[in-house]
Amino acid sequence: MTAYLGDVAALARKDLRLELRARDTLPAMALFVVATLVVFHFALPGGASEDAAYGLLWVALVFTALLGLGRAWAPESEAGALDGLVLATSDRSAIWLGKALATLAFLLAAEIVALPAFALFFAPLDGPALLGVLLASVGICAVGSLVSAMAAAARGREVLLPLLFLPLAIPLVVGGVGSSISPEPGAYLAFLGLYDAVFAILSWAAFEYVVTE
Amino acid sequence: MSAGEKYVAAAYGVFLVFVLVWAAIIATKLSRLERETGELARLARARTSADQGDG
Amino acid sequence: MSITRPSLSALAAFAVALAAASVLMTFFVAPEDADQGLSQKIFYVHVPIALTAYACFGLGAWKALRLLLTRGERYDLESYTGIHQGTIFGALTLVTGSIWAKASWGVWWTWSSNQLVLFLVLFLFYCAYFMLRFSIEPGPQRERISAVYALFGVALIPVSFFAIRLASDFIHPTVFTRDGPQMTGSMFAAFCTSWAAITLLAYVMYRTELAGKRTDVNLRDLREALAR
Repeated sequence: MTAYLGDVAALARKDLRLELRARDTLPAMALFVVATLVVFHFALPGGASEDAAYGLLWVALVFTALLGLGRAWAPESEAGALDGLVLATSDRSAIWLGKALATLAFLLAAEIVALPAFALFFAPLDGPALLGVLLASVGICAVGSLVSAMAAAARGREVLLPLLFLPLAIPLVVGGVGSSISPEPGAYLAFLGLYDAVFAILSWAAFEYVVTE
Repeated sequence: MSAGEKYVAAAYGVFLVFVLVWAAIIATKLSRLERETGELARLARARTSADQGDG
Repeated sequence: MSITRPSLSALAAFAVALAAASVLMTFFVAPEDADQGLSQKIFYVHVPIALTAYACFGLGAWKALRLLLTRGERYDLESYTGIHQGTIFGALTLVTGSIWAKASWGVWWTWSSNQLVLFLVLFLFYCAYFMLRFSIEPGPQRERISAVYALFGVALIPVSFFAIRLASDFIHPTVFTRDGPQMTGSMFAAFCTSWAAITLLAYVMYRTELAGKRTDVNLRDLREALAR
């Protein structure tokens, strides 16, 4: 068990270190999400309700996540390292978990920029909304890391990733928007938790089938 | 035909058309398979008669 | 091919008989609905198609699971054909559902029909299955990735169902309602006959498509052998 967690930690640390050195994905995500929010200001008609703004927040988050997920496996595929990783680790699901945790760190870092910007430009975010963002981010990274690995094995992966990811992201958007605007966010937060549990377990179990040749 | 009848006919009609289109696709596939097996059989017969001719 | 497996032609003949019986029952036996009138009859073809689509997706996922657990050769084509059938019936569900919406409410699309919205999401998901499958080189990895995606699909079905239910609370007020069929006995009998006919038809189509795909594979191998 400790060996497993050691693998996971090492893999996640590697990704974080690579990003700290290269500094290409994270600034891009932060800039993208702020730019998207500005575009949304111009996209929303004058009398639009506050609820519509919360909806757009989630669109921005999903597409920012897609940006990050598109780059998630780039270090491995550029270096041809995925096969080596697959051989090196005892349990391949550790690769998924390490990658998901690193991607989550990046997404949360981008959200630290995005959420205050949203609160500044549009509407305040309360506790349930923030919890919804956190829970949905977990789901996005869990499912996204798996689906991104699938796309990495295919031709035309930049186009394929959004097609694979967006239908799976729809329930997350529902949960997130609901927790932001509903007077009773409990059901939506519970639903997000359920989604996270189901798809994290599924992704964890299925990952080894995706990466082995 | 009343409006209701038109829609019922449309729904059932869509289904019927779909089944017929599927049958047509299968028929096309079958004729292609027939052609290809014919070619392969010709190849095989040519080879066996060539073997017999040599042997 | 074991003896217990019913022959395809027998199943097809039975499907034809069931289809004829179901049309008779739908239009001559089942009474007309008091509220919706004649357009309610679409229910007898729309709902079985939807249920059959779910069954096909389930079949595709089951075969996918067998593939991942046993690595049997046959399961890849069986899973793929199941998903293919499911997607076709899913598209039919959307079309017949749209016609029914127009007949009932005067609009070709409404977001308040939870079943229609669910099928739209699933249709998007399973269309992406084909994009995924045909972007990967044929081989064991493609088989496994397709299988994993098929399994994600059946997990998505209940999750999306709940999501859409939750969403209907805040996205659109439920403007259109359709009472769940309070079916009389004869209506229920007509529905069941219809359901059986369409399910059997789908199964016959599945077996036929599978036979076609397997024959393609055999032909390709034969050609390679003869070319040597």
